[in-house]
Amino acid sequence: MSYSESHGSPKPPSMRTPLGRVRNLGAAHSGTSDFWRQRITGVAMTLLMIPVLVIVMMLLGRNQAGAAQILGSLPIAVILLLFIFASAWHMKIGMQVVIEDYVHNEKLKLTAIMLNNFFSIAVALASTYAILKLSSGV
Amino acid sequence: MLGRNKHQKPPMTARIERPLSPHIQTYRWTLTMALSIVHRATGIALYVGTLLLAWWLIAAASGPTAYAHVQAFTGSIIGRLIVFGYTWALMHHMLSGIRHFVWDLGYGFKANEREALTWGALIGGIVLTVLIWIIAYAIGGGR
Repeated sequence: MSYSESHGSPKPPSMRTPLGRVRNLGAAHSGTSDFWRQRITGVAMTLLMIPVLVIVMMLLGRNQAGAAQILGSLPIAVILLLFIFASAWHMKIGMQVVIEDYVHNEKLKLTAIMLNNFFSIAVALASTYAILKLSSGV
Repeated sequence: MLGRNKHQKPPMTARIERPLSPHIQTYRWTLTMALSIVHRATGIALYVGTLLLAWWLIAAASGPTAYAHVQAFTGSIIGRLIVFGYTWALMHHMLSGIRHFVWDLGYGFKANEREALTWGALIGGIVLTVLIWIIAYAIGGGR
């Protein structure tokens, strides 16, 4: 994403017409890549939903030793890693859309978008680390 | 008028008062509008709810004491309500999202079709949530 387009110092002269510059970019100044990734991750999570629910059901009523054994098995770890990766990306994009819609102060908006990135990445990495730790059996 | 405006012309950066386009309170409230907001609200709830998911996984990786804390929380009344709400938010957001995929593909834009899709997401989300909890209790998650 580029914010340099929205404000700042006078731009150098360009051969491109104003229409040519903005075409296909949209309000976020970054085109449709986030829109598309939002769909990819959404479809991925929909496909993963039944396996994830089965995994959660398998863990119900078990103690830590039992849960750790199940979570550490390869197919389950891979399914959860895929789900976490898709969730974190999906929620990062979704929250950014909400922020861009409702936070109008530019500095506050950029701060919120930055915190949104930090939160999403932190949740994803912490969960990933936990699953890798369970898989390695340490 | 013209002469006065010429002298009081605002700088280019100043905001000029212009008539605004009508906002949501002007329109008749519709199901699709309400569910659009619910889609966002459930999305935000799920965003915060990932903390619970991360806590659960980290606890499982940490050891019996940490995992017992999570189980004590999810076993409590408040914990159960939160996880129940989370289940509904997830199911609703998923079905509501599938509805968006249908629209993305260019289908379901007729008045009766979009109403049906929206009712489907609303009812389906509740049904799936209840179904998941019945299964969960049946296999012993209620202990």
